[in-house]
Amino acid sequence: MSRLARIVAPALARARIVAPALALLAVPFVPAQAATEVEVVTSPGGIVAWLVEEPSIPMVAMEISFKGGASREPDERVGVTHFLSTMLDEGAGELDSAAFSARADQLAMRYGFEAGRDSFTVSARMLSETREDSVELLRSALVEPRFDPEPLERMRASILSTLRDQATDPQAILARTWRERLFGDDPYARPMEGTPESVAAITADDLRAARERALNRSRLAIGVVGDITAEELGPLLDRLLGDLPADPWEPLGPAELSSDRDLTVVPFDIPQSSAAFVQEGLARDDPDFIPAYVMNHILGGGGFSSRLTEEVREKRGLTYGVYSYLAPYDRAALMAGGVASSNDRVAEAIEVIRGEWARMREAGVTEEELDEAKRYLTGAYPLRFDSNAKIAGQLAGLMEEGFTPAYLEERNALIEAVTVDDIARVAQRLLHPEALMVTVIGEPEGLPEAERAAPAD
Amino acid sequence: MTLPAPRPARARALAVLTGAAALAASLAAPAAAEPAVSTFELENGLRGVVIEDHRAPVVTHMVWYRIGAADEPPGKSGIAHFLEHLMFKGTDEIPDAAFSKIVAANGGQDNAFTSRDYTGYFQRIAADRLGLVMKMEADRMRDLELTDAQVTPERQVILEERSSRTDTNPQAIFAEQRDAALYMNHPYGIPIIGWRAEMEGLTRQDALDFYRTYYAPNNAILVVAGDVTPEQVEALAREHFGPLAPTEDLPERVRPMEPPQLAERRMVYEDPRIGQPYVLRQYLTIPRREDQSRSAALQVLADVLGDGINSRFAQAMVVGGGVALQAGAWYSGDFRDYGEFGVYAVPAPDHTLQEAEDAIDAALAEFLASDGPTEEELARIKMGYRSAEVYRQDSQMALAREYGSALAADYTLEQIQEWPERLQAVTAQDVMAAAQAVFDRRRAVTGWLRAPEAAAPAGTETQEQQG
Repeated sequence: MSRLARIVAPALARARIVAPALALLAVPFVPAQAATEVEVVTSPGGIVAWLVEEPSIPMVAMEISFKGGASREPDERVGVTHFLSTMLDEGAGELDSAAFSARADQLAMRYGFEAGRDSFTVSARMLSETREDSVELLRSALVEPRFDPEPLERMRASILSTLRDQATDPQAILARTWRERLFGDDPYARPMEGTPESVAAITADDLRAARERALNRSRLAIGVVGDITAEELGPLLDRLLGDLPADPWEPLGPAELSSDRDLTVVPFDIPQSSAAFVQEGLARDDPDFIPAYVMNHILGGGGFSSRLTEEVREKRGLTYGVYSYLAPYDRAALMAGGVASSNDRVAEAIEVIRGEWARMREAGVTEEELDEAKRYLTGAYPLRFDSNAKIAGQLAGLMEEGFTPAYLEERNALIEAVTVDDIARVAQRLLHPEALMVTVIGEPEGLPEAERAAPAD
Repeated sequence: MTLPAPRPARARALAVLTGAAALAASLAAPAAAEPAVSTFELENGLRGVVIEDHRAPVVTHMVWYRIGAADEPPGKSGIAHFLEHLMFKGTDEIPDAAFSKIVAANGGQDNAFTSRDYTGYFQRIAADRLGLVMKMEADRMRDLELTDAQVTPERQVILEERSSRTDTNPQAIFAEQRDAALYMNHPYGIPIIGWRAEMEGLTRQDALDFYRTYYAPNNAILVVAGDVTPEQVEALAREHFGPLAPTEDLPERVRPMEPPQLAERRMVYEDPRIGQPYVLRQYLTIPRREDQSRSAALQVLADVLGDGINSRFAQAMVVGGGVALQAGAWYSGDFRDYGEFGVYAVPAPDHTLQEAEDAIDAALAEFLASDGPTEEELARIKMGYRSAEVYRQDSQMALAREYGSALAADYTLEQIQEWPERLQAVTAQDVMAAAQAVFDRRRAVTGWLRAPEAAAPAGTETQEQQG
């Protein structure tokens, strides 16, 4: 029953995309303690990772991000990258599925594989004492997965079951609908888990090809935190990743966004409507990204202190959760958000949100709002670094976005440098209330201008 | 290039060993994974727990009240959770819903949560701001002020929250209906967020009555985890919470308990929004608080039966094209008054819910007729528990929640601290004894969740009907 879970969750879930990852203490009140250095470690074989040594707990956390992800999969094999992420630990090398699982339990290694739209992520935590054996097991999963028939059919059935659930889940239908409206034929419009038809057709050979594509180490980002030295890490990286393919590849060009901005309703028999709104955003390397990030924090990114929460939830009681976020994908930049409100009140919620979009564009923010936002954004920065696993994720995210570790020290100064004039300029440039594409699922009342869409398939 | 700065590392606790047996032995040693925890108590009854973690200059500050949804007056379901929301509206010193704004303006994050047995509030913030958030939390422990202008829209917010969490989610409706059937008399059968009709009638006065009785130092537990010392925390607690008056004659925590449960309960919940049906059964059993040795055996039982590809259920029902796509088991033993043991199966497309349920019962019968878990199974599962003791130290918040939630549900510190040893002590005989006792369908609810017969199988056809 977290009071804020629905507000915060989308922001947190996207923290790696939205947030300019780490940085630190331009924060006046953080006590000066001995600083921990981020070391840039290059292995004998040339693999680069960012390391923070933290020996106080006998474990190591690592996050490895391979650029590419589901965007590179062929049209007729949609979902194969996600399928791959479920199969890497279902048997590898000499070990079948059950033996692999038993070995991981024995070593007490915890790991996860995740297919994203722009990257494929491997995360792992291992105990110091079993580190060498854990690395060998993880290497085996990445380099020599077996794709045996039994687990392959078991995972296929499981994915198809997930797709059946999604086919009747309003939130999943809403997300699929707006993505398809916005992205048209681009791979960003595709369902990550595939379609019943594509998943039914995927073979072991398809998974082998997907592995070669998704686990290509020519574009890597690696964060490692814990009980390990730079001297130990280098050879470890070569053992773990050295046998992966490294052929260079070219990313796709930018995605084209549809100009369709009709308000669209997906009819669905539920007591509360959900609305998604989206417009073009700013790329992560745009010079205005940081001012836009601060602006979005004030508008709808800042939980209880955001304008959207104040106007839609606190003043009017129209919702439990309303939020906005910047989503700079590799090939498209979005600014998006969501709200859920009962069918008879969602029209008012959407109107208030549009009004806030317009107010920000026309009047910007006050000095006081900006000051509060800066104090939060700079002060809360260290909270992203209070566990080995979180730091590893932050480091990999920053490295993937093309920064150097120096960004850690610069980031808060960049936030501090934003002025009300910067925000006014960015709001004029970015926010276009008429450019918001709004999609609603439910039985909303009082949206006369809405197009009735056939439910997405 | 620098990160928030940890202090010099403590000596590494574990020697490097090779081989699984040596590893297990080393991890079994309590010194390997003991977080630094200390406690204190103030004269007004406030209890404090301090968990030191000096890796980063941040703290997690939590206040837990021994009051939850199961402590609500009849007919006022949802009041504990509603009050949790209203706690952010203001006091004489910090009016106008400024609480969260002040925390944010100091670079902190805050939130709150309500459960069956407790209500908790927390902030995560730079360590040198601990005094500030403690002052604010102490202020709202006794001095909450509410107006109807604040209460009325917030009641709409919790109704929208109910819509978001439950009414638009058939799995959540199914769970709510099952709980209501599992508990025939105890308030665990009432949803934490409340029944809608009762939520609509909750008033400012209901909230204040509840607040004035139960929000008091002698009904609260303070937990601080992070870059602090026990001496610092106790001194700050004395300064801010020390002057607060306790509630005299705090009502004893007595709840209506379950009568003997003599009849199996079964239900079918049909909802057109269900794409993937499943069968699930919850057995009523003991909580950890009542008997930690038996509860530890129930935890091992759940993992033997239902955790992972090598579990009994997966091997019997899932692997190799079985009856089920997924099958599992769990034990929820952390509540104050009862524990729940659950089993479930998701039928494969060419199998029915009845076949899935029959497969669960067959797997249970086979297990009950066996010698119980093998040495290999016990070793594998216990290794997981031991390593969890290491990994959980990587999360300040998780450790703080563990202590706060258990103390607020009336567990003792000894119970919290001995739990890992109890898990390691479980034998195959213990597991079988626990299994024999728990699998009694007279004390269980079995539910089927599926789409109505008339609805087409999931897919486009279903959506068009809904359109």
